[in-house]
Amino acid sequence: MPFIANTAQQQKQMLSEIGLSMNDLFADIPSGLMRENFNLPIQASEMGVLKYLAELAGKNSTHLTCFLGGGFYDHFIPSAVYSIVSRSEFYTAYTPYQPELSQGTLQAIYEYQSMICRLCGMEAANASLYDGGTALYEAMMMALRITGRNKIIIDDSVNPIYRVMIHSYTQNLNIELDETNCSNGLANREKILDLLDEDTGAVILQNPNFFGCIDDFTEIAEAAHKKGVLLIVSCYPISLGILKTPGEMDADIVTGEGQSLGIPMSFGGPYLGFMATKKKYVRKMPGRIVGKTTDTKSRNGYVLTLQTREQHIRRDKATSNICSNEALCALTASVYLSLLGKEGLKQTAQLCADKAAYAYQHLTSIPAVKPRFKGKWFFNEFVIDLPSDAADVIGSLIEKGLAAGFPLSRYYKNMENSMLIAVTEKRTKQEIGMLAEALEAIL
Amino acid sequence: MKLIFEKSVPGRRGVRPAKSDVPTTVDIKKELLRENDAQLAELSELDVVRHFTELSRRNFGVDTNFYPLGSCTMKYNPKVAERIAAFPGFADLHPLMPQLRMGGLLTQGALKVLYEMDMLLLEITGMAGFTMQPLAGAHGELTGIMIIAAYHRDKGNKKTTILIPDSAHGTNPASAAIAGYKVVTVPSNKDGVMDLDALKSMVNDETAGLMLTCPNTLGIFNPHIKEICDIIHSVDGLAYYDGANLNAIIGKACPADFGFDIVHLNLHKTFATPHGGGGPGAGPVGVTDKLLDYLPVSIVVKRNDGTYALEYDRPKSIGYIAPFYGNFGIILRAYVYILMLGKEGLTRIAENAVLNANYIRVKLQKYYDLPYPGLCKHECVFSACRQAEKGVHAIDIAKSLIDAGFHPPTVYFPTIVHEALMIEPTETESKETIDGFIDTMITIAKTAESHPEKLKSSPNATPVSRLDEASAARNLDIASI
Amino acid sequence: MVPKELRCLQTHEWAKREEDSGIITVGLTDYAVEQLGDIVFLELPAVGEKVTKESEFCTIESVKAASDLYAPVSGEIVEINESLSENMELFKADPYGQAWIVKIKADDMAEFESLMSAEDYEKQLEG
Repeated sequence: MPFIANTAQQQKQMLSEIGLSMNDLFADIPSGLMRENFNLPIQASEMGVLKYLAELAGKNSTHLTCFLGGGFYDHFIPSAVYSIVSRSEFYTAYTPYQPELSQGTLQAIYEYQSMICRLCGMEAANASLYDGGTALYEAMMMALRITGRNKIIIDDSVNPIYRVMIHSYTQNLNIELDETNCSNGLANREKILDLLDEDTGAVILQNPNFFGCIDDFTEIAEAAHKKGVLLIVSCYPISLGILKTPGEMDADIVTGEGQSLGIPMSFGGPYLGFMATKKKYVRKMPGRIVGKTTDTKSRNGYVLTLQTREQHIRRDKATSNICSNEALCALTASVYLSLLGKEGLKQTAQLCADKAAYAYQHLTSIPAVKPRFKGKWFFNEFVIDLPSDAADVIGSLIEKGLAAGFPLSRYYKNMENSMLIAVTEKRTKQEIGMLAEALEAIL
Repeated sequence: MKLIFEKSVPGRRGVRPAKSDVPTTVDIKKELLRENDAQLAELSELDVVRHFTELSRRNFGVDTNFYPLGSCTMKYNPKVAERIAAFPGFADLHPLMPQLRMGGLLTQGALKVLYEMDMLLLEITGMAGFTMQPLAGAHGELTGIMIIAAYHRDKGNKKTTILIPDSAHGTNPASAAIAGYKVVTVPSNKDGVMDLDALKSMVNDETAGLMLTCPNTLGIFNPHIKEICDIIHSVDGLAYYDGANLNAIIGKACPADFGFDIVHLNLHKTFATPHGGGGPGAGPVGVTDKLLDYLPVSIVVKRNDGTYALEYDRPKSIGYIAPFYGNFGIILRAYVYILMLGKEGLTRIAENAVLNANYIRVKLQKYYDLPYPGLCKHECVFSACRQAEKGVHAIDIAKSLIDAGFHPPTVYFPTIVHEALMIEPTETESKETIDGFIDTMITIAKTAESHPEKLKSSPNATPVSRLDEASAARNLDIASI
Repeated sequence: MVPKELRCLQTHEWAKREEDSGIITVGLTDYAVEQLGDIVFLELPAVGEKVTKESEFCTIESVKAASDLYAPVSGEIVEINESLSENMELFKADPYGQAWIVKIKADDMAEFESLMSAEDYEKQLEG
């Protein structure tokens, strides 16, 4: 049997050594509850499985030039990322509960936590959460725990998928969600400042926002703090190669999706939720945390720390129910950031911004195409308005070999003719040219 | 070993992005830019590779040696699954593709994987519908409780409590509490399983449901499992099955037959996807007919023409609990595993897992206390009470195993056993490996009798010895910034 | 050994009435300290906070456990032992003296009088 080590002979021997039969081993299950027949496919060989799955992989249109974004991006993944992360000492290991055997994982996570802090301008980070959406939800719950309040202000320029998730999670809870409508591509500053009061636990914003527009929330942070309200910012890690950090804006909790840090898009996961906060809130932060300490011989070492916040100790009073996280993806992010280094990340971010600006210029020079949020600074995504239904146009562009963008009507009212286009360092001048050409031809 | 930042050399470069091929350079206005560059290490590619290679050598995986962590199912991770997950046709697929016009047709391969997995898990568990969205076991638990809440809301039931055994994994009460329920703990009886009388007295009209794993965390199968589910149903409560221990019964019995309404599975346990040092995992949730309406969206359906599509129009659905369709890369690996085992293999898993665990139980019962001495399933729980009298605690036994080259079993869980040692060998371990482990455990037991002090300073064969956890918490240093 | 004049809660807190004042000093018994192991963190309430008898007023953390402390009487927190955070060893060294945690101005001294005696507490630990 594949992966089952013992031969029939050995099994027989073991059974006889302990004086039991195979039937005896399952005698504790009431006979009426045993099932004889399972309608499952016959065993496949490794060769067969590879062939079959290769066929299935071939039925996915990854050949289309990707201008899709929305929080998940087609970034370049250096080869060394794969070599390092596929080392079995990393990926076949378990959670580092026995620290002496897991200094590799533990030190790597400590370094990851440090990198997230440096990237976001914050003081403390955890060892990962599932993805940017659940991370945002956890941040919200953390803010409500800290302030003891139950109201949240969230702008609709925050990723709509994350907002749907937050609504789903809070259905059975006594939490008030006040959603503000973004104002011309940016968070609705006026409405937010107006809504801020002593019942509010946190304001949730995103930078760059879902439309790619860049903002500075320092003013909102100040106003919020005056009323004891926390600021939560969801951000895009690659953009932090050049953009003002949430830490510099005095955000209290920072979250985001780490997929762009060397993790393949992989049709929905696994991804990487990161979270960082101020030192004073560390004990309220969910997820595992690795800390530095010393051993009996005064050597440096790393351990999981503050575990008493977690489910396996605190149970129903835990900060979160999270157990398995995205450890391997956190490692991947660490490796990616280390390979690119300070300059490499900065250059990647600049490339994204430059290429997006080029695409913006090229596309908006088409007479039928209008920029939606004219005059707003954007990072690597922008919205254009077409004279007709964007979803139809995007559908037609598929035949031209392009995944041209995302139709915003999916999540936003009155945006049927708008599409969101993302450009990463992987997109070439030629590809951008082809997009412009094809778009012009259709309109 | 130095931190990666300590190896940084100003100006050193690693991977260089390709030069820009567009004429535009954009200077975003200064006020929107960060004041200083992110302080990431500056290293060559070789520096980075060496650093992480050295780190990996300070680690221990299933591929290294025996890893009998109870409740974790550390079985072998098939390499073919890794190879397939890396196929560009899967790895490079953007999750928003199916949401484009006719987008489903662009992702038929991926949608088929999700659909087929759904079908296979239905067969394995006996449930009526699955969601592949939950991104880990605990996430599956939360999803399941949210489904329970949606059901009661829909029926206008006023329910406030969830019943959970005292031996449960911490994620159970944590998940229930986070979903807004009050946790009521049901005691275990002297046989180590849920006390039926206690349960009967605790179930009332406030009971929304029960969370249970079977076999439980002691590795014991509760013979009254069906009766337990019936009791919960009698107050229109729902019975939730924590599938973490499925390795004990897979291919032999179905949680649906036990009477459970909701099930979650841990793909990173029973279905051999790698643990990754703590994640990622996946925790798909299955439900019976009466709960299908509440499953999260989207769901993969098969149309009459044989193509696959995503369905979103489910008005009673609890919504999105993940951004997309689940941890697809993990689901894919589990799919490969199931295909490779097939019908013949899947039924052998539990047989060998249970045989290996009972083999250890019988061979060690003379040397270590067995609080529940009967038949166990895929894992057995010993107590180091006898050794503790000589000053050798479960933790010392664990650390001594490390010096012998084994990963220790789970210690101090479940909390209802003093000095617990929870051993789960899994079916992928051979008799020789297990015999080696048994011999070492016997040696440790003997040393605890004659020279207990020898076991207190272990481990000595690792890069670090026992670490000061109190100091780690008191003098918190969780980042180098 | 719990000093005879103290009262105790089943949840291992001790309470001492200060002279003839309406102030109750609260701490943890040596049994609790031993059970917890190395104490690493104490989340003290603020001075002025109101507490209710038998509800949580503070959390204490060790490496392997986190426990809530329950107020022996209802009243107002008038003093907290801030120096404790810097001197966690006091819990082991002097649990009934320098490791006092808070002082509560009791609303109703009868609540204190109704608490279990030190002797009864130790008896039920054995039993």
